[in-house]
Amino acid sequence: MTSPLEQKKIKIAGPSVVTANRTWDGIVVYRTAAKSWSADLSEAAIVRNSDEAKALLAESVADDVGAIGPYIAPVQVGADGKVEPGNLREQIRRTGVTIGQPVQV
Amino acid sequence: MYAYDEIDRTLVNERVSEFRDQVKRRLSGELTEDEFKILRLQNGVYLQLHAYMFRVAIPYGTLASNQLRALAHVARKYDRGYGHFTTRQNIQFNWIKLAELPDALADLAEVGIHAMQTSGNNMRNVTSDQWAGVAPGEIEDPRIWSELIRQHTTLHPEFSFLPRKFKIAITASDHDRAAIKIHDIGLKLIKNEKGETGFEVLVGGGLGRTPFIGKTIKHFVHGRDILSYIEAILRVYNQYGRRDNIYKARIKILVHELGIEKFSREVEEEWQQIRNSSLQIDDEVVEDIRSRFTYPAYEKLPHMPDELRQAAADPDFEAWRKNSVAPHKVQGYSIVTISLKPIGAPPGDATAEQMDALADLADKYSFGEIRVGHEQNLALPHVAKRDLPALWKALDKLGLATPNVNLITDIIACPGLDYCSLANARSIPIAQELTRRFANHELANLIGRLHINISGCINACGHHHVGHIGILGVEKNGEEVYQITIGGRADESAALGNLIGPGVKFDEVADVVEDIVEAYLALRERPEELFMDTVKRLGVEPFKERVYATR
Repeated sequence: MTSPLEQKKIKIAGPSVVTANRTWDGIVVYRTAAKSWSADLSEAAIVRNSDEAKALLAESVADDVGAIGPYIAPVQVGADGKVEPGNLREQIRRTGVTIGQPVQV
Repeated sequence: MYAYDEIDRTLVNERVSEFRDQVKRRLSGELTEDEFKILRLQNGVYLQLHAYMFRVAIPYGTLASNQLRALAHVARKYDRGYGHFTTRQNIQFNWIKLAELPDALADLAEVGIHAMQTSGNNMRNVTSDQWAGVAPGEIEDPRIWSELIRQHTTLHPEFSFLPRKFKIAITASDHDRAAIKIHDIGLKLIKNEKGETGFEVLVGGGLGRTPFIGKTIKHFVHGRDILSYIEAILRVYNQYGRRDNIYKARIKILVHELGIEKFSREVEEEWQQIRNSSLQIDDEVVEDIRSRFTYPAYEKLPHMPDELRQAAADPDFEAWRKNSVAPHKVQGYSIVTISLKPIGAPPGDATAEQMDALADLADKYSFGEIRVGHEQNLALPHVAKRDLPALWKALDKLGLATPNVNLITDIIACPGLDYCSLANARSIPIAQELTRRFANHELANLIGRLHINISGCINACGHHHVGHIGILGVEKNGEEVYQITIGGRADESAALGNLIGPGVKFDEVADVVEDIVEAYLALRERPEELFMDTVKRLGVEPFKERVYATR
């Protein structure tokens, strides 16, 4: 759960995606292979080595209007191809807080 | 309450217009995020895990009922129906959209609320005692001086681009409810031998990665000189503060590295150059600010009204009264602390409905005034004792009468990994589990005063270093691990807690706290010996033995 703010080197140990927050409303988004952003993790472009990750991140950073704060986050890809967040932080970003909120939405 | 003048209103409204334009330019791509970030931070807008977070200032913790209703309105219209009161007299909204923020700010500006000084490397919202102006024995209302400093520092160019954020807290009571010793500058109002009002000035306190308790830099600075003295401190900090390393940029590091003697000599030298300048405060300025604070027209009321005597037969009322009601400087009145720590709920959260209803109760029972404390609770500062039973019943219906103020379930916790982009571990679920473990009020009362503070990362927004029991969440090999300290405190005897041993896993934290509490109950010499007294008497060892003997 190391904060991506501390992410100094791009070094990935497995499948990863680029994630950010959409500029106008802040929701969590993922960079897609179509060079766009999607709120659906299953649509994210998966990278598997540092060079791919660097390229995807660079392209994401260049889209400064669409989303802010892009960084590389680990994912797990199941045998069926289903993509899941690779750590608790990303799980929380995807599915929301782990606690009941005072007002249910 | 403080009444804003035309200058204040113009400033706040102009700020909204300015930010509206900045947001528009950002969304159109005219401003990059790098260019926009500092602008949004200067308006209280952070980016968190799921959304933007909007932090609104509640200067020196004082709110009028119409202002609380405006906060409820923002929660309802622009967020998800609730807000989170922080450890520095602010409120945060966690789900706000950037595109709607200018409208939210405009709605708040109508009642004189803004988000200036709630983020960025500037002088932050000046905080004070939530019982200011009503606490018995107070030197004088510290909010007058808080407001003076607020006016001087708001948008002051010299304080807007500091090496790091800078926080000031002021108290006027012997018992420090404003945690002044963990602030960059702590001010304690005092009188000198001539009866003149001034300040003991502390500097270099702070928590985070490198915690320090503030040190007294000057035992008495006359009130008329306080702005020049603060400015002298800021100038020395601005000149020598580290801008090359974010982790060493706070003034506490500078004070530590220079030593308080050398630091104070530098400040003294600077102060002598500006002391007799326009920064010297005329009495009329102070009196003008004082005149803008209005105080209730208190009635002459009995010390023990019949209503209170009759209600004392109800053990539930008495349980609440004992922990929530404090003496007021005016006979017949009380200060009522409202716990935002219901069992099993996130500490410091309040729904829009609760805020609206509380505003109504403030109008009915507290001359329309509400206070916000750094412990993430609220207070009604002027409640007639005869009204206490009726108020309690009304609060109970709102879920705001949990009788746990200052008890083990009155937990301070940061938002942690559930919301915060900086966090390494969750805080709120730990707090929730602890409140469930100690939900039994008789047990909590038996334990007595015990403050638990939880932070989800080393930045220490939950003030874990100064919790009687402090819990710090860190990450180790991809897992949440929690370090436990005991013996910290944030009051006039402020101290940093001591680590009891290796970190424990998420699921073990509540068990460890139970072990610590059981050890305390077994070790205390008498029921009146508080947890902190036992820790002071025996040190960490017996608690460490208890916790780790079987782990």
